[in-house]
Amino acid sequence: MRYAMAVDTKKCVGCSDCVVACQTENNVPIGYCRDWVVETTDGTYPQLEMELRSERCNHCVNAPCVRCCPTGASHFDEGGIVLVKQNKCIGCGACIASCPYDARYPHPKGYVDKCTFCAHRLKEGMLPACVSVCPTRCLYFGDLDDPSSSVSLVLKKRKHKVLIPEAGTNPQLYFLF
Amino acid sequence: MKEELFVSGRWNHLVDPNLNIWHWQIPLYLFLGGMAAGILCIAALYYIRGRENDYRTAVRITPFLAPVLLVIGLIALFIDLRHKLYFWQLYVNIRLQSPMSWGAWTLMVITPVAFIWCALHIRDLFPNWDWKYRWLKVTEEFFNRFKKPLAWVMLIYGIILGIYTGILLSAFNARPLWNTSILGPLFLTSGLSAGAAATLILSKNKEERKQFARIDLVLIGIELFLIIHMFMGFMASTQVQIDAAKMFLGGSFTVNFWIFVVILGMIIPAILEFMELGKFHIPAVLPAVLVIFGSFMLRFIIVHAGQMSRWLY
Repeated sequence: MRYAMAVDTKKCVGCSDCVVACQTENNVPIGYCRDWVVETTDGTYPQLEMELRSERCNHCVNAPCVRCCPTGASHFDEGGIVLVKQNKCIGCGACIASCPYDARYPHPKGYVDKCTFCAHRLKEGMLPACVSVCPTRCLYFGDLDDPSSSVSLVLKKRKHKVLIPEAGTNPQLYFLF
Repeated sequence: MKEELFVSGRWNHLVDPNLNIWHWQIPLYLFLGGMAAGILCIAALYYIRGRENDYRTAVRITPFLAPVLLVIGLIALFIDLRHKLYFWQLYVNIRLQSPMSWGAWTLMVITPVAFIWCALHIRDLFPNWDWKYRWLKVTEEFFNRFKKPLAWVMLIYGIILGIYTGILLSAFNARPLWNTSILGPLFLTSGLSAGAAATLILSKNKEERKQFARIDLVLIGIELFLIIHMFMGFMASTQVQIDAAKMFLGGSFTVNFWIFVVILGMIIPAILEFMELGKFHIPAVLPAVLVIFGSFMLRFIIVHAGQMSRWLY
């Protein structure tokens, strides 16, 4: 099993509903976020191009945060999800420094926090909170090893990219464009 | 002209707009650990080579600084942890891929070894020292018998400690400025240089001071060589590393780095030591203090600048 997410940058309107849904579902402390929306504008007027991306942890296959963790608190869970065991984390900050996407943050309680792909919801057969609330249905989530999953199907059909592939992390958050 | 505008809705404390997760604690520890490693390596090396009587201060007196530096460094590391009550997790896990795990276990070996080394030489500081308890005397005798293997352990773990302070940073591919394997040897050399400077301050023997001025000169030469090659490597690398180097070549860290680390911490002490080895009389403390200051500033600037350097996407 290999969980992955695809974000359709053509359908995203940048409403940030995914951000609020995550904060509510996961009790993210006020002022912090596990997912966020990036807006880029490219080109010269009048030929401008805008891209909206809902970003979060890339749940990399070659995750530098898991590699550098001195206690094994950062680990791979079922389906390749990168998780932090709170009662093993010493809050040294190495994983935060190691992430080229800056997807992690120090939780005010001391441990390091990040997107979990809503692993607790997946166990109950539900989709991650951000995916299930998206009003334009621009987020696709599923198992890449299953050719009939929504994420596999959409990646087969559409052009896509990942962020900073040259960092060698093999990220599992795909952007359709 | 092509323009690009980037707006992110993320504003996580200590992560945005620039990573700022490590403050004074980590660079202070990297400096203290590196200097302790330098002191212990030099002491072990001269002991193993049987030069104990020629370089008495370096082998028998300066090492008394090492446990103090290590303990202060460990306290700084502990202050840096945000989930402090779980620090013991470091010592129930061995993670070969994590430099920090290597560092934690190395400290676990070298700190007791440094204390034992000092205990074996305690009578150099306090001639009438008495251990009071029998088991302490027995322990001292035991380690006295195995002093040579102890020195080897101290040398090897000293080198690991000195290199690891650099590798800790160079293992982070996400921060282009740190992501160079030169950082390990550079921090090791800088630590050895600070260690030699400590003996230069403490030694009252003219011959020993001369020898350590020579050692410091060579080490400063190696450091300058490594720094030049680090920047050559960056400039010949990818755009993110070129950008990282530019922070020091015209960017916001230029003045701090070249004045405090290179000129005050390396070139001026090198000139002073060179003059001292000639016929001029220069207080040995002056170049030594500058070298130690430069060694500290190197860690401080590299840790801070590295957090500013990043991949852009």
